[in-house]
Amino acid sequence: MEKITSKEEVPTKILQSLLNKETDITVDTALENEMILNMGPQHPATHGVLRLLLRLDGETVLACVPELGYLHRGYEKMAENMSYYEFIPHTDRLDYLSPLANNVAWVLAVEKLAGIEAPPRAQYIRMMVSEMTRIASHLVAIGALAMDVGALTVFLWTLREREKILDIWDILCGARFTNSYTRIGGVANDAQPEVLAKVKWFIDQYEENLDECERLINTNRIFVERMDGVGVISGEDAIQIGFTGPNLRGSGVEFDLRRATPYMFYNDIDFKIPVYKEGDCLARYFVRADETRESVKIIRQVLDKMPQGETILNNPKRVLPKKTEIYSKMEELIHDFMIVNFGINPPVGEVYSAVENPKGELGFYLVSQGEGHPWKCKIRSPSMVNLQAIPQLVKGHMISDVVAIIGSIDPVMGEADK
Amino acid sequence: MDLKELVAYKLKRKFPEVEFEYSDYREQLAITFDKKFIVKVASFLKDEEELQFKLCEDVTAIDWAHRKNRFTVVYHIFSLKLNSRIRLKVPLNGVDESDFNVDSVSSVWKTADWHERETYDMYGIIFNNHPDLRRMYMPEEFEYYPLRKDFPLMGIPGSLPLPKKDD
Repeated sequence: MEKITSKEEVPTKILQSLLNKETDITVDTALENEMILNMGPQHPATHGVLRLLLRLDGETVLACVPELGYLHRGYEKMAENMSYYEFIPHTDRLDYLSPLANNVAWVLAVEKLAGIEAPPRAQYIRMMVSEMTRIASHLVAIGALAMDVGALTVFLWTLREREKILDIWDILCGARFTNSYTRIGGVANDAQPEVLAKVKWFIDQYEENLDECERLINTNRIFVERMDGVGVISGEDAIQIGFTGPNLRGSGVEFDLRRATPYMFYNDIDFKIPVYKEGDCLARYFVRADETRESVKIIRQVLDKMPQGETILNNPKRVLPKKTEIYSKMEELIHDFMIVNFGINPPVGEVYSAVENPKGELGFYLVSQGEGHPWKCKIRSPSMVNLQAIPQLVKGHMISDVVAIIGSIDPVMGEADK
Repeated sequence: MDLKELVAYKLKRKFPEVEFEYSDYREQLAITFDKKFIVKVASFLKDEEELQFKLCEDVTAIDWAHRKNRFTVVYHIFSLKLNSRIRLKVPLNGVDESDFNVDSVSSVWKTADWHERETYDMYGIIFNNHPDLRRMYMPEEFEYYPLRKDFPLMGIPGSLPLPKKDD
């Protein structure tokens, strides 16, 4: 420690913060010197550009300070300077493993602000794509976590399943990854029968394949022992630190926004909320695996209940008209011109709208001054808040456990850094 | 009793001297009050047996640019018991740099730590008694506050210096 502080350079604030941290970890055979280790921002196990400063005694972590901002693009500033429609593609790039869920979250917030509601069929399609996204995102989370602790095969197998979902998105909206599928007041285009058939095929074969993946790791002694009892957080602490989503449910708190504040038609759907009490890495992994099974159940019911009808709202002042009508009707042309050039101008007011994203609670706080662009847009991203728990979780563990803990938290830096 | 009546009743009984302003635009309850009382009100809402707003979802600020009270700090808190969310708003009276401060609620909700750091980073609002008030996203040596309305969208040339070259 002496060596670092006595260097000719002034220690940076982040380093100072690490050195100031009080630590209650005692090591049995303490070494004479503590060591500062810089992990990231370019490190395969940090899932992007997360940087951790670790204060070590031997291999034991005494204190940790995470540093964010390496992927900060200023989306909140950009949102204040563009129309509500223009921001839809940018939401893809927040949590880039679940772009469709972000699209849905954004349009739900804007619709609430503008006081409109999408037609039932559009809402059912949104529910379907949200749950498909949840499966895709959790598959990456499980695969990457297994890879972080040394089980490489699982990653290949879960990515194979995810690939099938991306293929379905390709048919649904013409893009595999950054979809931008939803629109204010509905969705870009109706879900074709081919897509619905493919989704049905996917959920029919999915559970069997997930079982196969789980057989690889659930009884694997190395995997279980590296996860069991590592990074434990109690339910009370988890709420206090702001955990939401699977991480919170892994600590025994039954909190899911789809149940707590139902949006779309989740009230009509029958599904369980998987909860595990242990609060360690293994519990968080189990929650994710079980949640994909519940998502399959939800999708099955959504496919059964999906009504026929319009997929975009007919509200010329707030929703862009159909392209064919713009070319043939004067009225529609005028509305299109007004919305494209001046925006949808929601009334003066403010809303906070949050949905249950794969990573946790994704909220948008929008303030409108009656103009075409938001006066303020705050993105409440789950990954950033979940990352805040890392110093607490890694304290007293080995360096190799840090990797497992980051994997089990499942951060996506595109979202954490906005 | 609905949420607004319940919260209003409880707050009135506990803090008779504070003026609370309620609004429920789009069925979302928002409470505006003086910034002096934020920590007291926050810890009351969190610990009160019948309310239990234990989950702090978000802390942020709004820059009103031209109004007399330039900034408003906004808190979104959620009660797992009532399954409902309320919004607390505290205007920071004044337009001078020295007025832009409010007491930190990170002692009430631990998660507010990073939210407040982010708000400080983006708006330059000082949170008194914050344990570790550093910039969240921008580099330490950055001199501006990017989400303020007077910061240009394209940035300020030269405000982000390139890393120094090692010899």
